[in-house]
Amino acid sequence: MREGSLSRAALRAAAIVLALLLATLVMLAAHAPPLAAYANIVLGAVGSWDVAANVLVAWVPLLLATAGLLITFTAGLWNIGIEGQITLGAVFTTWMLRGLQASSVPPALILACAVVAGMVGGALWAMLAGALKTFGGVNEIFGGLGLNFVASALNLWLIFGPWKRPGVASMSGTVPFPPALWMVTVTPQSRLSISALVIALLGIGLVYGMLRGTHFGLRLKAVGRNEKAAYLLGVPTWQHMMFSFALCGIFAGLAGAIQVTSVYHRLIPSISSGYGYLGLMVAMLANFNAALAAPVALFFAALNVGSIQLPIVLRQDSSLAGVLQGTLVLFVLLAQGVRQKLTGKGAT
Amino acid sequence: MNVELRSIRKTFGTIQANAGISLSVPSSCIQGILGENGAGKSTLMKILSGFFHPDEGEILLEGERTIITSPADAIRLGIGMLHQDPLDFPPFRIIDDFILGRKGGLFPDRRRAGKELKALAAQFGFDLDPDAWVDTLTVGERQQLEILRLLWLGAQVLILDEPTTGISQPQKEKLFATLKSLAGQGMTIIFVSHKLEDVEFLCDRVAVLRQGQLAGTAAPPYQTSALVRMMFGKDVALGARTAAQPGRSILSLEAVGIDGARLQIRDVSFRVCAGEVIGLAGMEGSGQSLLLSSCAGLTRTVAGHVGITDCDMTGHSYHAFMRKGVAYLPAARLEQGLVPGLSLAEHFVLSEGRGGPFIDRRAAAAAARERIDTYNIKGAPSHPVEALSGGNQQRMLLALLKKELSLILLEHPTRGLDIESTLYIWGKLKERCAQGAAILFISADLDEVLQYSDRVLVFFAGRMSPALPAEGLSVERLGELIGGKGWGAFARETARA
Repeated sequence: MREGSLSRAALRAAAIVLALLLATLVMLAAHAPPLAAYANIVLGAVGSWDVAANVLVAWVPLLLATAGLLITFTAGLWNIGIEGQITLGAVFTTWMLRGLQASSVPPALILACAVVAGMVGGALWAMLAGALKTFGGVNEIFGGLGLNFVASALNLWLIFGPWKRPGVASMSGTVPFPPALWMVTVTPQSRLSISALVIALLGIGLVYGMLRGTHFGLRLKAVGRNEKAAYLLGVPTWQHMMFSFALCGIFAGLAGAIQVTSVYHRLIPSISSGYGYLGLMVAMLANFNAALAAPVALFFAALNVGSIQLPIVLRQDSSLAGVLQGTLVLFVLLAQGVRQKLTGKGAT
Repeated sequence: MNVELRSIRKTFGTIQANAGISLSVPSSCIQGILGENGAGKSTLMKILSGFFHPDEGEILLEGERTIITSPADAIRLGIGMLHQDPLDFPPFRIIDDFILGRKGGLFPDRRRAGKELKALAAQFGFDLDPDAWVDTLTVGERQQLEILRLLWLGAQVLILDEPTTGISQPQKEKLFATLKSLAGQGMTIIFVSHKLEDVEFLCDRVAVLRQGQLAGTAAPPYQTSALVRMMFGKDVALGARTAAQPGRSILSLEAVGIDGARLQIRDVSFRVCAGEVIGLAGMEGSGQSLLLSSCAGLTRTVAGHVGITDCDMTGHSYHAFMRKGVAYLPAARLEQGLVPGLSLAEHFVLSEGRGGPFIDRRAAAAAARERIDTYNIKGAPSHPVEALSGGNQQRMLLALLKKELSLILLEHPTRGLDIESTLYIWGKLKERCAQGAAILFISADLDEVLQYSDRVLVFFAGRMSPALPAEGLSVERLGELIGGKGWGAFARETARA
């Protein structure tokens, strides 16, 4: 056991080194000074209170998406449709805010209703993917991918159609909501909301506890590892899959709701910001372990925010962070595959 | 082509599939290979056709030692195998399926291949349209296509694995005529089957395999009883049988019909009472698994009624059957019965279920420890279930059974287990019977069927025999029934009744 975890750690370290090496090669090919670029990423992520706060702003939706995905992964499902679920969460939140903003309902209550609406929207969109799988025989990967396109089309249609700004529709989104309907942030200029942060941390903690210590978590795990045996042992399998979709959708919708209420204060075309796909990578890199998800998500958020500096300082594209994240995940998965091949064991 | 196999050995994990088999087949000969499931027939043929590599032993073609590295290599050497499920491409047109295995240029010459296909087909009186789709063909026609394809690729040795399963009588006659004419042209035919009648009718000589070894050979005129004895081993002295005291009715089937992927079961009726043990015998795929799974609601019946303890359960799900006290233990323990990656303790929690949302780990471990002791499982509560040996996995499945059960359905309960585990497991099952449960089990081991059953149901090609009292049933008679012989007697009985 000890030897196993040692060799695993060594392989993981090798994977990280290889990923850095490859990213360095990419930078050299793009005529960028690698050391300066890395320094900029680090400074861009922790160089000041402001950028550090931005890392936390990115951390919140990423962590929520990852928390949801851990549930579906446990049930053996690839919920690619999470992007669309985040989008629908944002759409439902916006819809609720628009509906109530002119009413006499207290702003705090409107905000709460909007967040709940976002959770419902995400859950409904996720259950659609689940229903397609359960009743229609459509693999959740294909169904989710299709629903992502539908969700983003719906979002664009709303922004450029029924919810467009007076006068001219714009890529910058719908009319911003009045500050009374914004989630309270640490300073009025900041986008970091302590309540959002608390929600995200509570969420991942809840998922950790649920997967570890409850009957429901154990049954999900059984369904994910061997659906047939779980069924024979008396677990209602498709109901559990549906429920895991719904739960993941709730987390995704929550992420969308927070994007609207505390970050952008309106609906924008790319409201999901790719946090769903990034969440898939975080979950994989964390080896589907809820305890590791928070630090890995923080690291990815830091990379994302840190690389924003690159275009400004070095005239390099900020997608360098994506290169780093992608190669990192690939190499870690590769290291796992190599290890399994060497030891001749299946998944551990 | 003369084919010789010399002391072929092949092991899969702990199972010795071929334990030093030597066999030589001259050209122009139709060689029959007989044996029950798991006797090693398929493994031996897959070694000859390049699917597997033997651990030991050698293959000689025309007296020359040859190493066959792959099926493609085998066909290049002139060895073609027709698999039990034809290895064809249902979404293809016949002509494309035909061409696929052929090495050649970038662009296949469809027209020439089509002409050659037609010429070959005409030679054997097959009627195959090159432009038709493969999925419109019957199993028999797909076989014909496969035979033509192998001949076209230059096969001189043709291996057929259970070719008569799933084809009609006229197709079978045509197949046999084809095989005889091919043998007449100097081809070597190896015919693998468990059907005594077919082998006796067709083959010039027969080799019988049992438990990975050559049990004997025979030449015409064949004696059925001698073949059966070779297939299933000598008679074994059976231990004292415990006669059941049948109690209340547990399971009743009335005119049940089931549609399987390959065969249909029609109009099956019988009744099982508390305390009874019913053995289901037959070659794999004869219908016994379908029937067993429909007694648990895992396979939907298409006609008739399934009753559990006086409740009509027709069309209900397995979980509804479970609530009526039915349990189903699959043959594939680790694939279907247990969840790899979960510990023993987690399995007990999973099957016991409920009692609040949170798992009490300490109580679960204690409960698991108790069950592990009771069932004599070699493992700790925290061990993952895949770390258990086969015998311990089967004990684990038994330990997972609920306390109150009315009907236990088992597929191959002791397959791959040693004597000690087998005796232990049957001891536990008999305890359940004494507590009022009924048992239905499938086994390929005829001794086990006769030893533990009160009554036996024999299956052959989707037909089910009447329930035969195990007392007074001999291994020979059972073997004949499994091979499809002696079924006329039942028809006469029903006619008289």
